[in-house]
Order: sequence, then C-alpha cells, then structure tokens
Amino acid sequence: MTTAPATTPTAPKVVSPRREIWLSMRANKGAMAGLIVIVLLILIAVFADIVAPYSPIEQFRENFLQPPAWVEGGSWAFPLGTDDVGRDMLSRIIHGARLSLIIGCIVVTISLALGIFFGLMSGFFKGVVDIAIMRFMDIILSIPSLLLSIVIVAIMGKPDIAKAMIAIAITYVPHYARLARAAVLTELSKDYVTASRVAGASTRRLMLDTVLPNCMAPLIVQATLSFSTAILDAAALGFLGLGAQAPTPEWGTMLADSLKFLQRAPWVVTFPGLAILITVLAFNLMGDGLRDALDPKLKR
Amino acid sequence: MVRFLLTRASLVVPTFLGIVFLAFILIRLVPGDHVEVRVGERGISPERHAQLLHDMGLDRPLYVQFADYVGGVLQGDLGTSIITHRPVLDEFLALFPATLELSFFAMLLALGIGLPAGIIAAVKRGSIFDHTIMGASLTGYSMPIFWWGLLLILTFSVGLGWTPVSGRIGNDFFFEGTSGFMIYDAFMSDEEGALTSAFSHLILPTIVLGTIPLAVIARMTRSAMLEVLGEDYIRTARAKGLSTWRVVGVHALRNALIPVVTVIGLQVGVLMAGAVLAETTFSWPGIGKWLVESINRRDYPALQGGVLLIASLVMAINLGVDLLYGFLNPRIRHKR
Repeated sequence: MTTAPATTPTAPKVVSPRREIWLSMRANKGAMAGLIVIVLLILIAVFADIVAPYSPIEQFRENFLQPPAWVEGGSWAFPLGTDDVGRDMLSRIIHGARLSLIIGCIVVTISLALGIFFGLMSGFFKGVVDIAIMRFMDIILSIPSLLLSIVIVAIMGKPDIAKAMIAIAITYVPHYARLARAAVLTELSKDYVTASRVAGASTRRLMLDTVLPNCMAPLIVQATLSFSTAILDAAALGFLGLGAQAPTPEWGTMLADSLKFLQRAPWVVTFPGLAILITVLAFNLMGDGLRDALDPKLKR
Repeated sequence: MVRFLLTRASLVVPTFLGIVFLAFILIRLVPGDHVEVRVGERGISPERHAQLLHDMGLDRPLYVQFADYVGGVLQGDLGTSIITHRPVLDEFLALFPATLELSFFAMLLALGIGLPAGIIAAVKRGSIFDHTIMGASLTGYSMPIFWWGLLLILTFSVGLGWTPVSGRIGNDFFFEGTSGFMIYDAFMSDEEGALTSAFSHLILPTIVLGTIPLAVIARMTRSAMLEVLGEDYIRTARAKGLSTWRVVGVHALRNALIPVVTVIGLQVGVLMAGAVLAETTFSWPGIGKWLVESINRRDYPALQGGVLLIASLVMAINLGVDLLYGFLNPRIRHKR
C-alpha cells in the first residue's frame, strides 16, 4: 500500500464572509481602537447608575464650581470637579454617554427605516414614484442638514430632546434613500431576482426577503457613520438651546449652560466637549474600518 | 457644451420650486394661528383677528397664497421681519457680507492646508506623515466645532491674551463701513491699527469654521491622488525619468483635482451650517447668528426667508460646481 503523494494540493481554507470582515477589521488599528472605545461607552451607558458616583442632577450646593481632583482646590470626591450648582461633572458625563448613545440609536433607526422605505419604493416602482421621491430628497439635501434640523425644531414649538432627534433623523433620510435605491437598482438587474420573480415571488417578498438583505452593506456603513454625526448634531442643537433642556445631562446642553463660567471654571467646558469628541471619533474610526472591510474596492 | 449647460441648469428649476414650496409650507406648520403668533400674548378680538387674516391674505385658498408667494419671491419680496419690521431680504443682505467674509477665509485656510496635506499624505503613503495627517483630519472631522471654538478662546484669548474673544473689530474704531466686509472697510479707513484689529478678530472664527472643510479636503485630496498615482500614464511619466514632484504636481494633480472640486462645492453647505455654530460661539454678526436669534424671537418670516436664501445659494453653487465639473471633465459633458 502506498500512501497518497504528499503533494496533493490542499483546497484553500474557506473563510466565511463574516469572518473575512472581522479579519479585515482586526488588521485595522484605528477601527479596533474605535471598537474598544465604543464597547467601553456602551458598558458605561448600560451601567451608568452603578458607575457614576452620584446622581447626575444631585446638587452639592456647598461645593459649586470645584476644580478637578488634580488641580489645586479639587478633591477626589468629585474627580472631574463640579458645575455651577454643585453637580458632579463625572456623573453628568457618564449619564450623558447613555443619552448620546440612545440619541444615536433612535436617530439612526428612524432615518434608516424611512430611508429604506423610500429607497425600496423608488427602486421598485420607478417612473413617477421614483422621480417624486428622489426630487423630494434632493430638496431636503439642498438645505444644510444642521440648518434644516434647526428649522424643524423651531416649527415644532418648544424644543426638547425628542423633537431634536426627529429633526435630525429627517435630515438623514435622503442619504439612506439614495444608497438604498442605488443598491436596489443594482440588485434588480441580477439573475437571482429574475429567478425569484419567475418563481412567483410577490413584490413584497422580492423587496424585503430577496433584495433588501443584499443591499445592507452600504447602509450599515452609512448607519455607523451617521451614528457619530447624530451625536454631534444633537450636541450642536443642545448647544444652541434647541435640543435637550437644562437639567438633562446632555453634553451639548452642558456646554451651553457652562458658557458663563468659561473663564472661571474651564473644566465645566472642557470635559463635555472632550466626551463628544472621543465618542464621535470612535464611531468614525469604526465606520471607516467597516467601510474598508465591507467594500474592498474602496480600500486605499 | 451649450446643450450640457442647458440640461444641467433646467434640472435646477423643479428643485428650486420645491425649496420655495418647503419654505412656504414651513411657516404654516408652526403650531398655532399665524395671526396669534404675530400678535403674541396680548390677545385680540375675533373681528380684528379676521381683519388681520384678510389683510395678510391668509383667508384665500392655499394655492393662491402659494402663487402669490412665488411671485413675491421672484421679485425679491421675502416678507417682513416681525421684530424689526424691515424686509427680510434687506436684513439678510446687511448681514451676509460678515458670513461671506468669514466663510471665504475659512475656505482659504481649508484649501491652503488641506490640499498640500492631502498631496503629501498620498505621495508619502504609509509614512508617519500620512498617519499623522490622516489622524489629525479624522479628529478634525469629528470635532464639535462649537467646543473647539470655546477651547481656542480659553487658550488664546483668556490664557494668552493674543486674540479678542468676540466681534469683528475693536470697540475703539469708529469708521463707517461701506462694503460690509470688515477687512476691506478697515483697510480703506485711515484709522491706525484697524486692519490689524479686524484680522485678529477673524483668526479664531476662521480656524473654527475651516476645521471640518480642511479635514474633508485633506482626506478627499489624498484618496483622489492615490487613485491617480496608480494609473498607467503616471508610470509612463515616471519611466520617462521625470522628477517625483513634476509627476505629482503637473501630471497627477490635474486629474486628482477633479473630484476634489466637487467636494469643495459640497463644503459650502457645511460652511453655512458651521457658520451658525461658529458665529454663535464668537458673537460674529452674520447670517448664522441672525437665524438662531430669529428662532429665539419667534421671527418666522425671517427664518423662512433666511432658509430659502441659504438653500438657493447652496443650490446655485452646486450647479456652478456641476458645470465646472463638466468643463474640467469632457466625459461628463458628453454623456447622454
């Protein structure tokens, strides 16, 4: 008996697409750093009540505008200092992380859902429906997004965080709708869709079960990237007094409230902004990495 | 070329009408009655209410009102501010030079640093330069610019005392501006130190407003440049023995700039949105600050007119960029 020659070529190891994406992400240092920060943020947000030393709205009147622990006059009782009514900055920032992530989730969900709806409609029904939807999207796009969300909040009456989220979500819909439409049009010309149609699949089934799953890649990338812009825009609205209102520990609102103390207590301005920057940067890093992983053509 | 120009320009008409319609509808979506918004909390008798509705033409059918509004807009009538009782267009035009001046310098900064940074990053791909520039530009892109402004004020105005905190020029200058562009007016005035003062007021707002466009332009230039550098004709140019900088600066740059032009055009919208934040941070008396104040004062006609003008401006500039793009790239021009 002779054994099979050792030179038999071994089949290349099959890597599942999901694993391939993960491997590509892991090779990207920036994306991994972003991912780690995001996981930390999620943990902080989920366990905010345990992690935060105090309630975000508890006032220690005798300790107002106390500097951070490492500055003279600070104490470790309030590691990042206190604001003008003696609320612990660290606790407020931790609870702000929870709020910001919720804002990101809600805004992305609303705009993704509406965008997919309009994109599918546009791609499937073509003709007048397509033209009407896309023209409308063009109009929304011609108004700078922050400006449009300001206007939407303004016409909805007294500003609050829910109105701000709706306003921001509306301004993002066109991006998703365009991406979804483009992806749908590409997929519709492929054989598997024709096969499915010939087999008698209903339009609804074609839309949601056949075509949509194959259109998700660009939408997921856009969702990650707009997660960061949503947080940024919500903070901007808060800063302008058109988002979350006073006692809410929203980072942008905290900045607006602390403007008066800019010279006296720079820390009440520094930390909320730093929190915004780090969060947004983390999502952008991961979004970039995800885009490279999902679409190798774009990689450079 | 003429055909291309006309097709592109005609596509703008429905979008413009859509914007006008949006602006028209917008003011009608405000909760509460238009008359009540205007009279505020003073209260009003039903007869006077009906009279005012009639005077403002609000008792007519909606399509008549819309036609009327479009007619007004085309003749430059954008309504009257509730607060100042001046035409909205006049208010806008009086403040617009301030925003334009700031945006101009911000764009100058973004291009002056963004283009070379992007080119260097692409040519030295993978080097420490590349990583630093790309890291910095992603940070800039993620920057909450209102906070960035406060940080700069803290460091350079409060800490070092190098730059003023807000406004366009020092309080000790009294010349009458004619153009609305402070740099120009200060230059034309005979007062000593006026120009320096105007520039020192401009520095921080310019940095703040320019940050995001700078980051976007650097990233875009880099990726466009990388794509072009991989083309065969670049290899040919290199093989001919041309110097790296000649290849990059003359052969590659010209083609790499085409997509960058589009991105620059898109930044106009970003600048207008950024102006709202930067002007609020630095009390810069421009359109952005005016819009936020209009919202706080419930001056809806001002808001309506302002949004319409800004959207039209963004649309016009995008059209201009589109046409320029066709001019630069014959493939676009001749596509059917």
